[in-house]
Parts: sequence; C-alpha cells; structure tokens
Amino acid sequence: MAFDLDRALLDECVHCGFCLPTCPTYAVTGDEAESPRGRIYLMDLATRGEAPVAGPVTQHLDSCLGCLACVPACPSGVKYNQLIESARPQLDREVPRDRFFRSMIFTLFPYPRRLRVAALAGVLYQRLGLRWLTRRSGLLGRLPARARALEGLLPPVRAKDLFARTKGTGTGQTRGVALLTGCAQRVFFKPVNDATVRVLAAEGCRVDLPKGQGCCGALSLHTGRDEEARAFARRTVDAFEGYETVVVNVAGCGSVLKEYGELLRDDPGYAERAAAFAARVRDVSEVLAELEPVARRQPLPLRVAYHDACHLANAQRITRQPRDALRTIPGLELVEVPEEKICCGSAGVYNLLQPAMAERLGRRKAENLASARPDVIATGNAGCLLQIRRYAEGGPLIMHPVELLDWSIHGTAH
Amino acid sequence: MSLTDLRDQLAARLGRDGIVTDPAHLRTYECDALTGYRVVPALVALPRNAAEVAAAVAACARFKVPFVARGAGTGLSGGALPVADGVVISLQRLRRVLEVDPVDRRATVEPGVTNLDISRAAAKYGLYYSPDPSSQQVCTIGGNVAENSGGAHCLKYGFTVNHILAVDVVLPDGTTTRLGADAPHQAGFDLLGAFVGTEGTLGIVTGVVVRLLHTPATVRTLVANFDSTKDAGDAVTAVIAAGIVPAAIEMMDNLAIQAVNATVDAGFDPDTAAALIVELDGPADEVEARFADLTRLCAKATEVTIARDAEHRAKIWQGRKAAFAAVGRLSPNYFVQDGVVPRTRLGEALTRIAEMGEQAGIRVANVFHAGDGNLHPLVLYSEERGEHERAEALSTAIAELCVELGGSLSGEHGIGTDKACSMPRMFSEDDLATMRRLRAAFDPEGLCNPGKVFPTPRLCGERPGPYRPHPLEAAGVIERL
Repeated sequence: MAFDLDRALLDECVHCGFCLPTCPTYAVTGDEAESPRGRIYLMDLATRGEAPVAGPVTQHLDSCLGCLACVPACPSGVKYNQLIESARPQLDREVPRDRFFRSMIFTLFPYPRRLRVAALAGVLYQRLGLRWLTRRSGLLGRLPARARALEGLLPPVRAKDLFARTKGTGTGQTRGVALLTGCAQRVFFKPVNDATVRVLAAEGCRVDLPKGQGCCGALSLHTGRDEEARAFARRTVDAFEGYETVVVNVAGCGSVLKEYGELLRDDPGYAERAAAFAARVRDVSEVLAELEPVARRQPLPLRVAYHDACHLANAQRITRQPRDALRTIPGLELVEVPEEKICCGSAGVYNLLQPAMAERLGRRKAENLASARPDVIATGNAGCLLQIRRYAEGGPLIMHPVELLDWSIHGTAH
Repeated sequence: MSLTDLRDQLAARLGRDGIVTDPAHLRTYECDALTGYRVVPALVALPRNAAEVAAAVAACARFKVPFVARGAGTGLSGGALPVADGVVISLQRLRRVLEVDPVDRRATVEPGVTNLDISRAAAKYGLYYSPDPSSQQVCTIGGNVAENSGGAHCLKYGFTVNHILAVDVVLPDGTTTRLGADAPHQAGFDLLGAFVGTEGTLGIVTGVVVRLLHTPATVRTLVANFDSTKDAGDAVTAVIAAGIVPAAIEMMDNLAIQAVNATVDAGFDPDTAAALIVELDGPADEVEARFADLTRLCAKATEVTIARDAEHRAKIWQGRKAAFAAVGRLSPNYFVQDGVVPRTRLGEALTRIAEMGEQAGIRVANVFHAGDGNLHPLVLYSEERGEHERAEALSTAIAELCVELGGSLSGEHGIGTDKACSMPRMFSEDDLATMRRLRAAFDPEGLCNPGKVFPTPRLCGERPGPYRPHPLEAAGVIERL
C-alpha cells in the first residue's frame, strides 16, 4: 500500500532544514528521520511507493508529537499539520498496531461517565496506599511501559470533585459565552473549569454550560481516528448552536474546535455550520484579552514560569494573551525558561502511546522549568498539566493561568 | 564482504541505536539542502561523542570504506552528499556547549551546536559569535568550519576562518589531533588556516574553540529603496568608497522582496525595484556620525526607513535570512546560485544577469551580500514545464560570469558536488594539483568526503543537476536502495 497524500503539499518542502531546531524528537535523537524534514521525506517516499508504509515510515510518523512547532518556523509555508493529519488516518486504517491499548484509550477517555468510574478506582488506588506500595515494592518497575505511563499520569483527584458538576452563572452583563467543559478535563480538572467560570463572571460575562456537550474529538483526530472525531464534532456543533462565543480552556481542544470547518467540509449537513462554529471559538485567554479587566486583583508575589502549550502557541498562534492576562496580577513575575518552545511530551495521548520519548521530553522540560526557579508553573492545557506534574513532582505548584487569576481575584487558591 | 563486517563493528561500538541500516531510513540522508544530487549511503553512523567519531572513522579506514561527515544538512552545494557504498557520519548528537570563557572571550563547543546557539550561550556575558550565515539558527559550527561560512556581517568582521582559534580533528586514518592553540599567533605552518574551508575533505571536526566578540554598543539599521538594482549597486560602491565599513550591506530585488513579504511581515515595500539593508554598529557617537554620511550617500534612494527598535531590526533580518526558502512560495523549483564579483562591477553583473535571464525566458531573483560582492541569484523554474535544463544552464552561466568578471565561483556555499566541474574555469591544472597534494597529505587513501571540490571524470562526465533515474533504473533492471 502507498500513501495517498497531496503532491502539492509535499512539494512545498524545499529541504532547507529550518524546522530542525524546533522539533522536540530531533532535539532528543539528532536523527534526520525524527525531524519534520525527514518525516516529510518519508511521507513523500511512501506516497511515491518507493518505501513501504509499514515499518520505519510508520514508526517515525508515530513518534511525531504533532506539536506543530515546525509550522511557524517554515519559511516556505509547508503545511505540515495537513500532511500529518492526512497521513495518520491512513496509518490507523492500514497499519494495525497496539489495537488493544488504543481501543482501551478511546473507549475510556472521551466519555466522562466511564472515565469517572476508572478515575474513582485511581483515587482508591492512591488513597489506600497502593500507589506507595507499587512504587516501594518495585512492582511499578515491572509493569509494561504503557501501564507505567498511565499510573504516573494519574493526577491527585479529590473524590468529591469527580462527581460534582461545574455550574454556569447567569449574572454577567458584558458578554454571554458558552464554556466547553471537556471530557477528561471535566473529570480531572473540575477546579480549572470552576475557576474559568468564576474569572469570566468576575470580568462581567454570563457563562453558560450547554447540555449535551461531550468530547470535542481532539484526542481522536490527533491519533488518526478521523471518523470518530467527526462524530464528536457534529455533536459539539449541535450542542453549541446559537451561542455567540464558545470558550475553551484546553489548548488541544481549542485548536480542533477551530478546525471544525476543515474537518466537516465534506459533510453537506454540517459544513457550513461547522465553519461558522469554528469562527466563534476562543481560548479563555483570548476572551480575557478582549475584555477590559474590571475585577480587582490582589497581589500575588510569585515567580511564574509560563509554559506554551503547543496547541496554543503553534496551532492557534496564541502566546501573548495568556502572558498579558498573568501580567494583570500585581506582584506576579513572569520568568524566562530555556527551550521554551520545545514540547513537554504530553501531546494528547502521545505520552501513553510513546512513553519512552515522552519521558525523555518530560524530564527535559521539567529540568528547564526548574532552572528558572519558579514558584508556579502555569500552562493552558490539560495534557501539559498532567505531564509536567508527573516530572516536576515535589517542585513548584502547577496551575492553569486562569486558576492564578481566580486566586488573585477571589483571594484563595482553590 | 567488508561492508557487513564494518556494520557489525560499528553496531558493536555505537550500539543498535547508533547506526541506521534500514533502506527507507537511509534515504532521509541521501541529500543535504541541495536536493538535486541524491546518493543513498550504505550506512549512517550517529556517534554520541568524539571518541565514537574517532572509532567510526578508524573502522572505515580499516575497511577502506569512504565516509562523509554531516551536520544539519543545510549545505547548498551538495557538500554532505553521501557516497554510494559509503558511510555518513552524523555529528548531530554532539551538541554540547562545553565552556564559555568570558574573560578570554572564547567558547569551546561540539561540532553539532548550531551557530546561533553559540551566541545564545554567550549572550549573558554580553558576547556573541560573529559569522552569521542566513541559516544560522539551523546550521552547525562543524559545517561552518568545513565551508568557511560567511554571512551578512562578514563584511566588517570576517568569515569563519577569522573566528576559529582551534579545532579538534579526527584525521582520515582515525587518529586525532588539535589544530591551532590558545595563543593568537602560532609559529610554523598555519594548518588550522589550511583546514578551515576544505569542505570536509581533510578530516572530521569533533570540537571547536571559537572567538567571541563584545555585542556592539549601538546598532542602527536602515532599509533604502531604489528604482533599479543598478542604483542600489552604485550606492553600495559609494558607501564603501567613502571609507565607511558597515556591519552589513544586503540587497534584495523586487522578486526576492515579494517572497520575503509572504513569509515575514518586516515592512519591505512590495513595489520597489530594489532595497538595501545597511547596518552600522559600534560606539554610539561613531555610529551617529557615520549614519548621517550613509543617508547622504543613499541620495538616489526613493525612500529610507530606519529600524524603529530592536524588534523591528530583528524582523528585517528574519525576513532577509528567510529569503532563500521563502522563494519556494514564488516558484515550485529553483537553483540558489552563489558567486562573487568585484564590488565595483556589481551594477554590471546585475545588468548582465538580468539580460541572461530574459534571453532564457527564466526569472531570476536576487538577494545577496552586496558589501562584499557576494551574489545569490535565485534561478526560478518549473520542473513540470520542462524548464530544468535551461535553468540549470543559466545558473552555471551566472557562476562562470562571476569568474569572467574577476570574481569567484563561490562566496560561501562551497564547491561541493555542485561546482566541482566548474573548478577548471577558475583554477589552472597546477592550482588544482597543488590542492590535491595538500589533500593527499591528510587523506592519502582518498576516503574522506571523496568526489567533492575537485572535478573527476566520473562526476563531470555525468550530467550534473537534479536526480534523474539512471536509464537502467528506469527500465527496472537495477534499483537504488
């Protein structure tokens, strides 16, 4: 089988190499095939039928994080995002690999109810001292790498948060917005959703949480399960019908919501609505940048390292707004971090599927962040929060920027 | 079979993760940034340190297998083109900045460190590494040493060779040595000077000691628009003749500006025929005085814009430095040419190039280091429309025009594979024989990056240019793996 990729997209690459220093896997391996230029070369060979898709081609495309740091770096304007997004579904269909593990992930994560039950088991595991036991007894070391990755990423969740719901607020006058509460976000990061509602309300917004919303399809799309992603997208478009602004506080979700027009363009029933929907999507930091800050902020004398989530910085080109929002907090100091543009290794479910590379990147990120000696690491994406928490364990607090704003406005860290 | 034995030895020394043998994987190493030439190597080695590089070279020497060093693969002359049945030794795992010494103003780095990362590491001491090839964020210091790379600011500060204090080298027999030393002047033969710029044919660099400079106190940058490239060229001549040594004088013509504007918003006027970027640096009062002279000398300019702040200046340079790759937006295929003409003949050269382009019916964009006459005509063509051969002939004719005007075949990209066949245009048989003898003193077996720089009957008998399948390949009789 050969790849079916757009020849014009492939030909845009002039092989200059300007993407190399931006690529996390290249930074780690120094191997051409682990760089964007090398991956485009492999996609090209497989499209021409000069290299088999299965084997090294699949291996080097699977190891791509999809962080898209190479896209803004490319002087020729190569649309690597489109290339990898059309290659992945073909891999998913044609090259069977880790079927069991993948289907386990995708029958669990996009469904908050199922995930809650699994997470409850996780909470018990942590509370009953089993985590301590597996770690101390050496059992952890004997688990397969992927099970270890799952274990390590499990955040410290409070059981009562698992079953409580974030509530909207109907008082704001300035602007009406609808919040996407996410799937895994809702289960593992209810405090972030709560903080988002409180901060937006304090800045004068009315925040609705439309019923019927679920997973946005980001995890599926970024892993090549495009049909599944489209089904999630249709449901999301339906749920948010009629809202003027759709707010999202997870970078990975936001970037996919903004791509719905492209994702559903061949669906006559949805193409137009999906495009209109995509145009109404804003990351919470964008909404805050558009609003004049009105809520009084109390000083937080903290050193904060802001980590750019790839799907904010590279996919949505949002780097200024979250920093500006944090700068509205008196006394807060933003510190510079080395290699700030290199991905933390989270990348959706990448850290579950490619645990070895994810671990190398996670450790590298944690070291770089620690070198800036921050009190708080702030980042606007659920995956990054989990990944960084895992490798920066015992270090600074790890928060969503909106949680810091909530802290400053309402005086308590939730 | 020696290649199998070599592979086993390298695997034993470098580990399974340290060599590449899979055919598809190997093909990602078949060319550098000059994709017109492609050769699949038998093996790629990815050593992690100098000792592993030496071991890899020693193994190649033992089995008499040719090898080619590769950095970031950004070269534009095919200097890192692999040799069939040979080994590529990648230096991309040697990426540590070992020491920055702010007192003696030097840094010791491994060869895979990018040019820009040296300046980044030195920045906290108010120091930087001066030579700045346009690909400086990607290209590595090892490759810079091999090519004696230049860059926009080499007009005032000199090329790579002026900024290297010492190199650690693995010689082609696998032994190691250091060329150069701490003292600024060495007695005896200047072997470091001989080594820099030999395009990887004398050995592989595993460590580099570079000179660092103080970041200039003041920098001022202007962009001057002109009605023609000739007017702009004359302004360059006038500036230099007035005794001003700017940090850089760069020229872009209208086509190049169009490409750049599609990539970076640096505010270049899309309608101007040509623009000069001129930068002065140094003590504040000197820069102010010179800047006034400079604006006066650009009298024919239709508009002069002065960079507002550091951010604006960074954008201007980002645009200029992205120009080559940005041309990919104007044309599906293009050749990047690199030649030098005496500065006084800039206007003449540009006029001749424009005429030649018109005759061939092929567009030529110009973006170059005007201050030292280093031209980079970009010959735009379409493979699909069958313009390849005309474009290639035009590109070669332009390089040879440079020699005819009293200049050089290459200003900074090197001879590599691309221009080996043109070398006799510039050098006599005796010149080339002398160079070959120097080469043989380092590499008597001819194993180190063979086929580069010097014309060979095999290379020059074949038609140079982009990869074309061999007739036997096309007929399915043989295949490239």
